[in-house]
Amino acid sequence: MSLISCKDLELAYEGRCIASGLNFQVEEGDYLCIVGENGSGKSTLMKTLLGLKDYSRGIITFGGGLRPDAIGYLPQQTEVQRDFPASVNEVVLSGCLNRCGIRPYYNRQEKEAASRNMERLGIEALARRCYRELSGGQQQRVLLARALCAADRLLVLDEPVSGLDPHATADLYSLIESLNKEDNMTIIMVSHDIGAAVRYGTKILHVSSRPLFFGKTEAYLDSEVGKIYTAKAGVVS
Amino acid sequence: MIEKLIYYLGFPFVRYALLVGVLIALCTSLLGVTLVLKRYSMIGDGLSHVAFGATAVASVFQIVSDTYITLPVTVICAVILIRSGKNTRLKGDAAIAMLSVGALAIGYLLLNVFSTSANLSGDVCSTLFGSTSILTLSRSDVALCMVLSVVVLAVFLLFYNKLFAITFDEDFSRATGVKAEQYNLLIAVITAVVIVIAMNLVGALLISALIIFPAISSMRLFKNFRAVVISSACIAVFCALVGILISILAGTPVGSTIVTAYIVLFAGIEIFGLITGGK
Repeated sequence: MSLISCKDLELAYEGRCIASGLNFQVEEGDYLCIVGENGSGKSTLMKTLLGLKDYSRGIITFGGGLRPDAIGYLPQQTEVQRDFPASVNEVVLSGCLNRCGIRPYYNRQEKEAASRNMERLGIEALARRCYRELSGGQQQRVLLARALCAADRLLVLDEPVSGLDPHATADLYSLIESLNKEDNMTIIMVSHDIGAAVRYGTKILHVSSRPLFFGKTEAYLDSEVGKIYTAKAGVVS
Repeated sequence: MIEKLIYYLGFPFVRYALLVGVLIALCTSLLGVTLVLKRYSMIGDGLSHVAFGATAVASVFQIVSDTYITLPVTVICAVILIRSGKNTRLKGDAAIAMLSVGALAIGYLLLNVFSTSANLSGDVCSTLFGSTSILTLSRSDVALCMVLSVVVLAVFLLFYNKLFAITFDEDFSRATGVKAEQYNLLIAVITAVVIVIAMNLVGALLISALIIFPAISSMRLFKNFRAVVISSACIAVFCALVGILISILAGTPVGSTIVTAYIVLFAGIEIFGLITGGK
């Protein structure tokens, strides 16, 4: 059974329909890249999957034992975070909040989960450092560790490499790839970096005012729309 | 001087003043960390003006215990402000400014037109700047203030981790099932409650100082959330104690003396930072 399946989904932004007729499924172990131009509705689609936004029509079903509130989310950095006094440990631990329910404080298992995920991403040495003083790449790892605390099956990444230098970008992409391949983590990545999308993704969803493409990456490279967009981005296939 | 202090502390109203002052400073400082980080400091400022307007209305109708009017009005305004400011940041800003000057103007107008008081400007001045009203607190005022302070402290302790999460990243918290909307509402209500009780201490205009100074000073000193919260509380308690004691000894207005203590401490921290070359 698919983790997420969308049927005839229609998205609206401030009352205006921006994408309709979205049909796609996310299977266990997929690395789905959602691509499209700015304003094409890819961010709205992602926020809808996360339950942050309502959709106007269609059905989203969660299957395979996936709880809608147990999706790991890597959001884009906000202005608030730039001068926020928080240690790496505090940020990562806050990912465990959805396991707490009404219990006010974290228990031992949750603290262990946090340090396990910091270790997994190679940031355990930074645990006591201040989040705002880290480099962009380190900050993304911290937020990724927090996302892993919130969920252990599905990660949703929103433009994970925006603002990173090429070295940190390559690092983060290979980290995400290893989470997908070695830890069998299902990934949904929203990106305008079409080159990375076809290199790492196993499936592509290309959204525009209407869905342009959904399917395996190889098929996307062969498709009309895929050829146009990858050529524009200068991707050699 | 010590003798003079001991002499004054012999009076129950002085002890009440100290107790209430410290409790209020503690509550505003804890809340201040969240408000400053969420970019809500202006909401605190706006609400204190609303509280002034409500107090004016209460005094026009000659209601003795004005808290029963001020509290609900301020809570309602807080809820409206936090609800409206969420999506449209710029409009929210303007809305706060409008509400705040509006309440100030109408409050003063009402007082002027309808007031029966012989000393109008004295009344207005003490509502705005607190003056010496803290030294004339009754037993029931102190009790109310203590109950509200304990509630605020309990909420803060119980929801500490959730408040951290929604302050740091509201979208992430909502995506992982934290009811961020409800917590924002909770913050709004607590802010209103704290402002209303703090008005007794420092007056409407100086409340923002209690909210902002401890948080900002602590953020210069510490780099993790827990340390900032604890240090805010310590700074607030220390400055409130020093401010109230000086105001008793020197006969200065309580509110502005406490705020001056905050400013001196903040300046000290800034200078210390410059010398040690910190950021």
